[in-house]
Amino acid sequence: MANVADVAPVPGQTQAEPPTRTSIRGLFAQTEIDSRLFGMLIAFVLILVTFHILSGGTLIQPDNMITMSVQAAGIAIIATGMVLVIVSRNIDLSVGSLVGLISMSYALWMTDWFPRIFGLGPDVPFQWLLALALGIGMGAAVGALQGFIIAYIGVPSFIVTLGGLLSIRGLVWYQSEGAAVVGLDPTFDLIGGGALGSVGGLITWILGIVGCVAIIAILYNSRRQRRRYNFPVRPMWAEVLLGAVGCGVVLALAWFANNAFWPKGLADQYAIDHHVDPNGLQIPIGFPYPIVLLVIVTLVMTFIATRRRFGRYVYAYGGNPDAAELAGINTRWTILKTYVLMGILCAFAAAIAAARLNGSTLDIGTSYELYVIAAAVVGGTSFAGGIGTIPGAVLGAFVLAALNYGLSFIGVNSPGQNVAAGVVLILAVGFDTLNRRRGS
Amino acid sequence: MTVAQGTPLVEMRNINVAFGGVHAVRDVTIDLHPGEVIGLVGGNGAGKSTLMRVLSGAHPADSGEILVDGKPVVIKNPRDAKAFNIETIYQTLALADNLDAPGNLFLGREKTTRFGSLDDSSMESETRKIMARLNPNFTNFVQPVKSLSGGQRQAVAIARAVYFNARILIMDEPTAALGPAETAQVRNLVRQLKEEGIGIFLISHDIHDVFDLSDRISVMYHGRIVDTVNKNEVDADAVLGMIILGKKPGEVSEKELAEIELRG
Repeated sequence: MANVADVAPVPGQTQAEPPTRTSIRGLFAQTEIDSRLFGMLIAFVLILVTFHILSGGTLIQPDNMITMSVQAAGIAIIATGMVLVIVSRNIDLSVGSLVGLISMSYALWMTDWFPRIFGLGPDVPFQWLLALALGIGMGAAVGALQGFIIAYIGVPSFIVTLGGLLSIRGLVWYQSEGAAVVGLDPTFDLIGGGALGSVGGLITWILGIVGCVAIIAILYNSRRQRRRYNFPVRPMWAEVLLGAVGCGVVLALAWFANNAFWPKGLADQYAIDHHVDPNGLQIPIGFPYPIVLLVIVTLVMTFIATRRRFGRYVYAYGGNPDAAELAGINTRWTILKTYVLMGILCAFAAAIAAARLNGSTLDIGTSYELYVIAAAVVGGTSFAGGIGTIPGAVLGAFVLAALNYGLSFIGVNSPGQNVAAGVVLILAVGFDTLNRRRGS
Repeated sequence: MTVAQGTPLVEMRNINVAFGGVHAVRDVTIDLHPGEVIGLVGGNGAGKSTLMRVLSGAHPADSGEILVDGKPVVIKNPRDAKAFNIETIYQTLALADNLDAPGNLFLGREKTTRFGSLDDSSMESETRKIMARLNPNFTNFVQPVKSLSGGQRQAVAIARAVYFNARILIMDEPTAALGPAETAQVRNLVRQLKEEGIGIFLISHDIHDVFDLSDRISVMYHGRIVDTVNKNEVDADAVLGMIILGKKPGEVSEKELAEIELRG
């Protein structure tokens, strides 16, 4: 490093240390919680509570909330990738069709291809895993192709993925010649959730405790790291509060999920199989597999976005493409990778969709792209590029799902739900725009 | 006066750049020695920035040769340039507004942990250290640089160039957007870096800056170098004449000189 110690400082510009504030706002700022994310959490809870009241106090129950979450899971998973695509000033309209293509592929592979190729009849061992691996490869390949055309040939992403939306959906028809395909591997179907597709009571508690330990470990580690470099740290009360609230929420969710029980038919069958008394037998459902998958995807994607070079480059490119280029970043490769990631996430969402149906139809995933983009944007992702968070997009997906589920719960039909979703999308972005204008 | 002798730090020979039909840089040859500051002056569109973009890897030359320490090198992109310790402070600053100061300082050259993830604490710590030397009033290490003042943004751009052991520094209008105090600070920095043996190309519209800081002055006009002169052998009027007319002092007619007087 060059020695520049003797350069004279500019006088008279000393920034005052922020005064110690005791207002609610000041205390909130000290916790360093993302106020935007917090606001969305409040909005989510308000929506649920509103519909809870409108439905005469019947909405907020473990069964309903689990169903709602599973409906949101696929959209939320893809939305984590859409954040990176939109942050880097692109768009992906093809995700819905890609979900359809991969979902139909899963169905065909497990009902037709694998049994024929391996000659083992319909129950090929580990075929769910093989199907998933192939599906992920397929998503990555389609993403790479679209990403290549966008990043290296320079065709606008809107055009490339609009073409993808049309042509990939068309391919789905050719896959099965218009037929729906049903009857997947039972293990594969677990990823779709439901009573069987959940981790059960004990593992739910274990996951809850693991979550708590992880929260405390992250808080502790971050504080120790900042101490080591003598950076300012949060006040101790804020750390304790964050840890306590975080743990409390995770454990409350575990408790809540364990208060949903297997339906009577399944429980009775279980009682017969395991020779236990079916009377009063209550088997907790716990966290559904798709939600566990969503949590893992959210954590991994957040890690990639904030702690890896690739994520940093995506945000840098979104903030200033020229600056990224001049900093020596391989921007084309970076953009291509965002689409590969999208394809992989579509494969996960397709697995959830196919498993929930125990098969695939021609129109699976239709208009996913719109909900995914809406979720990312409601979650704070800006089309101007450079701004957006992955937890925000997941929350955005849950806000939209709560709205849809709540409306249908009080008897509003699907067109009505669409009207509401559209209005909320515009309102959310409108508020955000006003907020940012006021802030700057 | 620094004597241009020995192997130049960098030589650009017969560089040509054309954008479509516009010949932005024509057959330019220029060299730079260790500890030397070359003032690159010329009107708008004279080709100064384009020439420097070739050296910093931002734009490839159509033809010509670049030598670093006397050896021919290929600079196809900014990464190549940085590998030869050629650092650039762009006029636009080239900052990602949505990233914080450490994010920008280390952009493209992030420090990572042994697991390959970003070591933000270490980067913030290094940024605090260099900023403590460059601009002790700089205290905002966590907000996006969008929220910083022009001078502070400039400090980030300068820190980025200085931190990574620049041997050849390109400064494109480094003081254009700065107040008097910050301009003085940049001037001090240029002198400091020069003493350490760093070669500097200084693009500036401010003729006082150029005379104050440069050893030699290269005047560009319509993509060509009109002349490269030792600062001590010319005065500001002569340089101004070359900038406006694109001719060496001896080639200028009385009529043209009168025109400059009028404009000046």
